Amino acid sequence: MRNAFIDELMALAESNPQVALVVGDLGFSVVEPFAERFPDRFINAGVAEQNMMGLAAGMASEGYHVFAYSIANFPTFRCAEQIRNDVAYHQLPVTVVSVGGGLAYGAMGYSHHAVQDYGLLRLFPNMLIGAPGDPMEVRACLRYLVANPQPSYLRLAKNGEPSFHGTPPELSPGAWLTLRPGLDGAPVLLSTGGTLSQAMAWSLAVPGPTLRVCSLPLWGMACKGRQASQIGSAERLITLEDHLHDGGFGSWMGEALSEHPNLRAGHRAIALSPEVCGMVGGQGTLNQWGGLTLEALERCLPQAKTRLEGT
Amino acid sequence: MYGNGLVTDRDMARTRLMARRVRQLSLEMVARSQASHIGSALSIADILAVLYWKVLNIDPAVPNLPSRDRFILSKGHACTAVYAALAARGFFPETDLLTYGQDGSPLMNHISHKVRGVEFSTGSLGHGLSFGVGKALAAQRRGEGWRTFVLLSDGELDEGSNWEALMFAGHQRLDHLVAIVDYNKLQSLASVESTLGLEPLADKFRAFGWTLREVDGHDHTALAGALASVPWEPARPSLLLCHTTKGRGVAFMENKVEWHYRSPNAGQLAQALAELEQP
Repeated sequence: MRNAFIDELMALAESNPQVALVVGDLGFSVVEPFAERFPDRFINAGVAEQNMMGLAAGMASEGYHVFAYSIANFPTFRCAEQIRNDVAYHQLPVTVVSVGGGLAYGAMGYSHHAVQDYGLLRLFPNMLIGAPGDPMEVRACLRYLVANPQPSYLRLAKNGEPSFHGTPPELSPGAWLTLRPGLDGAPVLLSTGGTLSQAMAWSLAVPGPTLRVCSLPLWGMACKGRQASQIGSAERLITLEDHLHDGGFGSWMGEALSEHPNLRAGHRAIALSPEVCGMVGGQGTLNQWGGLTLEALERCLPQAKTRLEGT
Repeated sequence: MYGNGLVTDRDMARTRLMARRVRQLSLEMVARSQASHIGSALSIADILAVLYWKVLNIDPAVPNLPSRDRFILSKGHACTAVYAALAARGFFPETDLLTYGQDGSPLMNHISHKVRGVEFSTGSLGHGLSFGVGKALAAQRRGEGWRTFVLLSDGELDEGSNWEALMFAGHQRLDHLVAIVDYNKLQSLASVESTLGLEPLADKFRAFGWTLREVDGHDHTALAGALASVPWEPARPSLLLCHTTKGRGVAFMENKVEWHYRSPNAGQLAQALAELEQP
């Protein structure tokens, strides 16, 4: 995803002189092409995230669309107040970019795990969250954000993720992208961010009718009203995320469905356990330890109750 | 620049008059709304008068003119002084100040960009300088000549973000960035020295790559002489260290921590305003 990010950002920067990239002394082997091509629009702020975010807001107030890039927690929690006050409250076009969302930096340890970031960023009323599920969605998110500059958060996985779209899809905040249609009325597995590959794999592995698999790469506080109508005839909606349930995507969906008790009753959330990550593990291992498993999905399906009653 | 770059006696007579007006209006606002931070506002009245009536290239009729100088109040709690200066300078009617701190008013008790002429909302300390750095960086990268002025308190220098910004500005040679420090030596609960000592403060700024001047922050001629000629040195940001008195202009408020919080009652307001009227 990070390679798709820099490729697309450079393409957009060619035609938009306002696009600037500020990094917090991270991005080795990723950001160099941008720095070489657009030296006047590339700034390494050093290991100083508060100043990085504040100056990004200052530049944005002068017309730039600033992409403030770092990894995992550093461009979010470390400078949360700058995002809240300087960027979101002033409604400035700064896109906070975090590479290594979820447990992508698994073996690096807890400091490098971004599993509470949705919870923080979705609290800001003017903040649009971009959580692409594959490299094509990364490009689509960037195209949308540059065309619609606003306070935003772009959560990237790391690298090597497969693409499920042939081309960058058209995006609209809050609108689901269907990757696998499933049967009419089939349960919907809705992923945000880097768990899309698990969703695609699991949907073929679970017993029963084929699931409908969707991705939601753009969402936020303003998009809740669009959720209920997209469930259609499905009796079960299962959200999937590599983030803690508290404050995360599943919680957001629960809030979005709060005025629709029947739909809310049919919603299940698969999210990371808060007890994960006390030991070394790669992303896949830690996701499993955290509860992102095929078994968890099976427990969420409607027939699970029937099966259990039959044993 | 308002007027020319020369500092004349006539200019200084005007800025002194306007500083007094800023103090009067600030006292009335704080007393009317029973708000805090009058000591912090009085501390910067002279600095603001010199900025708004002598230094800043601004046009109240076109607040967003691209070529204007930018002014950011990082010590947002002293907002009454800036609201007063903006009103007296013609950005909005002085009668709007009557709504300060009242329900439904945009004149919040920490400075708000919803108010005409205000560039940036602050209140949380340690935000203004980084934001100003971003503005100055934008001007530098585009080759534009306008300047960014950021007014900070001494107490807010406790915030580490300021030192990140100071280091960055020096490194990036942002010579169109001007930081003004209101060094009144008092912070929220006690003196700066007893809370988190800043000395040797001037040496610290110089070590971070800034060119520095120190003035009496209530001496209009000294303030204007320094500020009217920034940038002082190519490739270095400028820092004006202003030695000030918290509560300046009202004897019973000067150098008293309590006036960081207290609001004058009717009698105290009358006493303060009478004192300001004295030559």
